[in-house]
Formats: sequence, C-alpha cells, structure tokens
Amino acid sequence: MRLAPTATRPAANPLAGTIVRGFSRYGLITVFVLAVFGAVLLASGKDPLKAYADTFRFTLASAYGFSELLVRVTPLLFAAIAVALPARLGLINVGGEGQLYMGALAASAGAFQLAAAPAWILLPVVLLLGFLGGAVWAAIPGALRAAKLVNETVSTLLLNYIPPLIVSYLIFGPWRSPENSGFPQSPRYPKAALLPSLFDTRVHAGLLVALAGLAAYGWLVDRTRWGVEMRAIGGNPEAARRLGIAVPAWTVAGLALGGGFAGLAGMGEAMGIAGRLQQSLSPGYGFTGFLVAWLAGGRPLGILLMAFLFAVITAAGDILQISQGLPYAVVNILLATILFVVLASRSAPRTSK
Amino acid sequence: MTTPLVAGLLAGAILSGTSLLYATLGETLVERSGIVNLGLEGLLLIGASVGFALTAASGNPWLGVAGAAAAAASANLLFGWLVVTRKANQLATGLGLMFFGFGVSALIGSRYTGAVISGLPRWRPAWLGDVAWIKSTTLFNYDLLTWLAVPVACLAWWVLFETRWGLGLRAVGENPAAAFAAGRDPAALQYQVLPLGGALAGLAGAHLSLAVTLTWSEYMTGGRGFIAIALVIFSKWNPLWAIAGALLFGGAEALQLQLQARGTGISPFFLDMVPYLLTLLVLLAWGGSRRLAAPASLGRTFYGSS
Repeated sequence: MRLAPTATRPAANPLAGTIVRGFSRYGLITVFVLAVFGAVLLASGKDPLKAYADTFRFTLASAYGFSELLVRVTPLLFAAIAVALPARLGLINVGGEGQLYMGALAASAGAFQLAAAPAWILLPVVLLLGFLGGAVWAAIPGALRAAKLVNETVSTLLLNYIPPLIVSYLIFGPWRSPENSGFPQSPRYPKAALLPSLFDTRVHAGLLVALAGLAAYGWLVDRTRWGVEMRAIGGNPEAARRLGIAVPAWTVAGLALGGGFAGLAGMGEAMGIAGRLQQSLSPGYGFTGFLVAWLAGGRPLGILLMAFLFAVITAAGDILQISQGLPYAVVNILLATILFVVLASRSAPRTSK
Repeated sequence: MTTPLVAGLLAGAILSGTSLLYATLGETLVERSGIVNLGLEGLLLIGASVGFALTAASGNPWLGVAGAAAAAASANLLFGWLVVTRKANQLATGLGLMFFGFGVSALIGSRYTGAVISGLPRWRPAWLGDVAWIKSTTLFNYDLLTWLAVPVACLAWWVLFETRWGLGLRAVGENPAAAFAAGRDPAALQYQVLPLGGALAGLAGAHLSLAVTLTWSEYMTGGRGFIAIALVIFSKWNPLWAIAGALLFGGAEALQLQLQARGTGISPFFLDMVPYLLTLLVLLAWGGSRRLAAPASLGRTFYGSS
C-alpha cells in the first residue's frame, strides 16, 4: 500500500518535486486518517463532520483560534526537539513527559526562591532552570545507557511516572497555595517570572525560544562538526568509537540536551500559560512530541509543520471533549491512526535482498 | 512481624502480581520470536476497558475475560501486520499501539465510568479454609485468573522449551535466516505468537479491572505495561523467572498499600513512586548482565522470507 512513489524520480526542480510529492502523499494520508477516525466517531454515536467542522472553525478560521494553535505549537516544538536530538545518536527518548514536569518543577523552585528579583534576572533564571531540570532528569537514562546498564527506551518510559508525583507532593504539601481554592496548586509565580505574552494573546515568549531552539537544533545537526559526530554514532557506534569519538559522553550529553528542551516545554506551560504549578500541566505533550519528531524524520522544517498538524489534533481533542462529550484521551486514536498509516505506507517490504 | 501483616502482604503480592505475570508472559513469548512490543501498556488498557465494559453490560465477568483476551489479541494482530508484513519499525509501532490503547480504552470505558460490577468470583479450597491462621486472612481467597497464573507460566515455559513449536519460535528470535533455512516460516510463527501474547496481555488488563479495582478509570494500568517489559529483561526471557519477578513487584505494590493504610507519615505520592524506582533499580542491578540472555534478533526486521 504505497501511497506515493518515494523512489528517486528525476525531477526538473528537485525541491518542487519533493514538495509536490510530499503534499500528495500527506494529502492522501490525511484523507485516509480522517475517514478512519470519522468511522470511529460515527460508531460511537457522534457526528464526525460536526467534529471536523468545529475543529476547523475553532483553530484555523479565526485569529483567536490560530493564536490558540500557536499556544499548543510551543510545547510540541520543544518536545519534538527533545526526541529528535538524541535520535541523531540512535537514542530513543520516550521520557519527554517526565522531563517536561521536571523542567516546570525546577523553574518553579527558582521563581519561588527569587520572588523579589526583577524580570531581567528572573526570566533568564527560570529559562536556565527549566532547561536544567529536564536535562538532569534525562541525563540519568543517558548515564545508565552509557554505562551499558539499562536500555534508554525502558528507563525514559519508567521515569515519566515520577515527576508528576513529585509535583503532586509539592502542591498538596509544601507549595500548596494558601488561597483555599479546593483545587491543589501552587501560589501564583511572581509577575517578573511570567513569560511575556505576544500580541495580547495567550501566545507567550516561549514560542520565540522554541523557534530559536529549533533553528539551533538544525544548525547543530546539519552545520557543525558535532552534528557529523552525532550522525556517525547514530550510524555505527562501534565504528565511531574507533574513530576516536567519545560515544559515552555523547550519549549522556545527547539525552541531557534533549531533556533540556522538554524541560523548557514544562517551563513554558508553567510560566507562560498556567502562571502556577499544577498537576495537569501537559495533556501528554511529551508523548505527542515523539510522534512529531518521528513523523518529521528529525528534519527541522518537518518538525515545524508536524507541530502545527498535531496542534490542530490536540485542539480537536479538547473540542471533542467540550462539544461531543468524549474523553480527551480519545484523540489518541487519531494520533495512533496517523502513525500506523504512515508506518504502513513508508516501510514497504523489500521484495528481494 | 505479626502473621496477619505477612499474610496480608503475601495475599496482596499475589493479587497485584497476577496481572503483571500475565503481561510479562505475553511479552516474553512475543519477544522470544524476535519482536519487541512497547505497546504492552496499550494492550493492558484495552483488556481492562473491554473486560470491564462487557462485564458491566452483561453482568457476566467471564464474557468480559474472553472479550478482553480477544480484543487485545486482535490489537496485537494489527501490530503484527505492521511489523511483520509491512516491516515497520517495532519501537515506533509499539508506541503507536500504546496511543491506540490509550484512545480506544478511553472511548470504550467512558460510558462505564462509575459503573458497579461484582467482578470475578473468588473462592478458597475447603481444606485450606480449615486452617485457622489462613481462615482469618484474605490469603488463598482468589479468582480463577489468579489461581491459573502460575500454572499458565509453567505451561508457557513448557511450550517454549519442550515443544517443537517453541523451539521454532526461539530459533526465529535468535536467527530468523537460519530458522528460515531450516524450513521454519518466521512470519507464520510470529503471527501465531502475537495473538497469543496479546490475549495474555488482555487477561492481565481484565484481571486488573475485574478482580482488583472493580472500577474503570482512564490510564488505570499506571505503567504496569512498562514494568512488565522491564520484568521480561529481569526474568531473562524465562517464564519461570517471571513468576519470581511478578511476586517481587506485586509485593512492592502490596507493601506500598499496607504502608499507606497504616499511615507511616511518608507522603503517599512518594510511596506511589516505589514500583517505578524498584523497576529501575532491578534493571540497574541485573539488566546489564542480562543483555546476553536476550533473543539475538530482538527488535530487528527480517527481510528474508515472504
């Protein structure tokens, strides 16, 4: 079931050819996926056309909807870089969700500690701490992998479950807001720690950081010596080691750098959106970021496009919940269908060796 | 320590270890054929939600158990079609299966949130019930799935190591090209073991919702699928060792519940971390030395046949 020819076909303009092929391929995939998910909605007694129309109306058809998309694009970009960067080294980081919460936690600690500091001190501090929180959390599986003790796929997955529990402990205990709201959360951050909003919307400066991060990621992997070393390790770690590349150090550094970006996602959700530490900072952005990075093949522009696509999908999840009374988690079927269809269409079997 | 405390811990360990054991057995069989399925968590959720929904709708828990096994087996066949026939990347497909399970279970379970079921019937053999110290505890008062867990593990061991089919399965997991040359069909064997492993994962999920919690809530498996994947490594891909692993982790969960019930002053949130930390510690202590026990072709795509 090849949806579009992917083989090298001579084209007058290679870039234009790629774009046309890409659009026809992804167009077909989109139609197929929407049909499958529509059938699921129909089978559960909902109206798929209304769901799709609502999603379009509330995301792409108005300036407000578009700004809400950008709000979702921000954490998805961070979470996708968190996956794509270690992937260059052949490492699988499925711990973005936990790293996100660790970033939010570390940034919150900084904001509460330096509550009196002015914004020009506090903002760099929360950025740095957000990055460090995620980086340290991801360095653990990195070190375990570098020491050949535990595979990073299993350890990153397991480490997802701990940071939300630490957050819960803090907001039920030491950091519980004194305003008796009945809803466990931390007090508000000092104003100086909040990320400035853009264009008077909920879009915050984290988006600019994410775009800069994406550019830095693209520069790192495509334009520097480090990028070449990373690709060498991802291709054949044993050969890379013999070439004198420090594979264990790169393993820790790659996962830590990636985790740092996931941490920035958490910092952005806390300091840019919620304004305080909460249990429900992320509806699974860490996992969705994995899909974004994977479907984009780790290419920076692809990550940007896919982040928009998945922003629309997560918005659809909220819309399903509000207008059709379905749990938000149902949108995971849509995510899985996309992944399955792309997997089935991309990896055509080799007919002969 | 007093007898009731120890007996309570053991009883809890066996009850929570059961679903872990079924899940670990399912993953062990599938991994023995060279396929790593990271979507186990999704399969558990599908089993838990289908089992609960069918039980709540029909009032018959056995229908729930059968439906859970069938649903998870079918989901694993979908996974198999992608990784065996379409030769898709196993890790990415496994994560896709995890998302699929998140979504499908939320959709199925949404109508049954708050529903009340009586769950799987429990009984204790009369001769055990006559022993005075047992009588006063919940020990040995189990449902059929719990009673069958260890026999199923022994059966899985026997099938894997003592039958021709098991030999073929292990050969495919070690070296599919050699198995193919020896007249085995790797794809056929993998298609046979995938629904079997899926059904076991479905039983694991069904046991959680029908014998342990007796309710449905989203993401109720709480990472047990990932813990089971770690247990496969801990048990060296051997069903008999899986019994010990499942008991150990079931024990950790039981201890956590006992400590919470007794109010030790430790925050329940920290106690909730214990299973994940223990899993990591166990992998840390034994994981590295066990890589050699893994099926040699685990996770690799075989292009030779079909």
